[in-house]
Amino acid sequence: MPPAALAIHLSIGQVYAFSVFKIPLSRLIGGAQSTPGDWSLTTLAWIFSVAIVVLGLSAAIFGAWLERVGPRRAMFTAALCFGSGFWVAAAGVALHHLWLVVLGYGVLGGVGLGLGYISPVSTLIKWFPDRPGMATGMAIMGFGGGAMIAAPLSVSLMTRLGGIAPHGVAPTFLVLGAAYFLYMMFGVLIVRVPPPGWSPPVGATNATRRSAGPNTDVNVAWRTARFWLVWIVLCMNVTAGIGILEQASPMVQEMFKGRITAAAAAGYVSLLSLANMTGRFIWSSVSDYIGRKATYAIFFALGAALYASVPALGASDALPLFVIVTAVLLSMYGGGFATVPAYLRDLFGTSQVGAIHGRLLTAWSVAGVLGPLLVNHIRDTRLAAGVSKAHAYDTTMYVMAALLTVGFIANALVPRTSKDV
Amino acid sequence: MSEHQERRASSLAPLVGAWLVVGIPFAYGVYQVLVKALALFRARV
Repeated sequence: MPPAALAIHLSIGQVYAFSVFKIPLSRLIGGAQSTPGDWSLTTLAWIFSVAIVVLGLSAAIFGAWLERVGPRRAMFTAALCFGSGFWVAAAGVALHHLWLVVLGYGVLGGVGLGLGYISPVSTLIKWFPDRPGMATGMAIMGFGGGAMIAAPLSVSLMTRLGGIAPHGVAPTFLVLGAAYFLYMMFGVLIVRVPPPGWSPPVGATNATRRSAGPNTDVNVAWRTARFWLVWIVLCMNVTAGIGILEQASPMVQEMFKGRITAAAAAGYVSLLSLANMTGRFIWSSVSDYIGRKATYAIFFALGAALYASVPALGASDALPLFVIVTAVLLSMYGGGFATVPAYLRDLFGTSQVGAIHGRLLTAWSVAGVLGPLLVNHIRDTRLAAGVSKAHAYDTTMYVMAALLTVGFIANALVPRTSKDV
Repeated sequence: MSEHQERRASSLAPLVGAWLVVGIPFAYGVYQVLVKALALFRARV
């Protein structure tokens, strides 16, 4: 089962690498430079935003259907939507119709993202009842790793196919659509659902066995206070993480002016991606031992303290410490995503955890829009007030620390499960 | 090889194959990121 889940998540994780297409897409007519007829970078940002919003909405809408038909059919539908989304987007690029690119990559691809993201979760939890955090963390780590494969692959394809179409974007979309469809089909073919009542052999694990909560219907679960508390927990954690992710490259260059080149900044962003990815597996595995509530309490308490320390680190020119602190912050951002399915399983049982997780992912959609808006607005306001670029991020960091404090309170209010006591 | 060992080997092969199919691209991605991340330490002014 883990390879099937990884095949799906490694594919749909491509969405985090969409930025490699932004510059080529903004120069389809002009060639070497953008011309007035070309799409602006701001307009192109909508493609990614729509994909993330549709991810959350489709996960919320189709989650109950997934629980009814099982993971194989849902994963097949995800593969079909994600692959064909690239093909529709390729037509949009070739015809230079932005609405078609948004419809293809954003809407159709977004449905593939949402369905693909939640499909393996409940099955993994059922296969690994003693280590649900580690199991889902492994799959969701694949989502983080997907961009690492997609970014160099896409750049290489665009270079090779550049002779066929402007910047090779349309043919690259066609190849990626076919490749991801086939790779996801590998996951579809090998996925297995455990037999009813399955449990791992006794002595196969040392993890503390945390009993699942009472099985709760999705339509009941999402009307409870504990669901919305966990929703706030996820939303605050994601919004705060985006605070760094969104501006990592310009932030490190402006805070340490003269010490960091553009190439070094790109290396810094890569390091953060690695921390984000490994954090997904490590933190979710740790949560199997210390409990979900304690894990999130660490994310929020330590996270708030670290965010509040970032301006001081910038002012004191402590670059190595700055890199370590932001890497830890990003590891907790990834860990927040990966630990939440197990948190839901502890609270609402395993029977509809995929559907409940789907509803919860609307928090990601909100954070995906709210986070960048907040961060960019604060930075612009500070710059307009005459603050230097090096200090323009200070307020952002304090706001992120405040958001994590809200998350800490919401997490503290979540009722304890029997094993958390 | 005993019958038990043969059965075990025949059930292990698809599992190893499946892990390789996802493990190789994953390792490629991690390698690419590590190479890029090294630039942080090499290209500092």
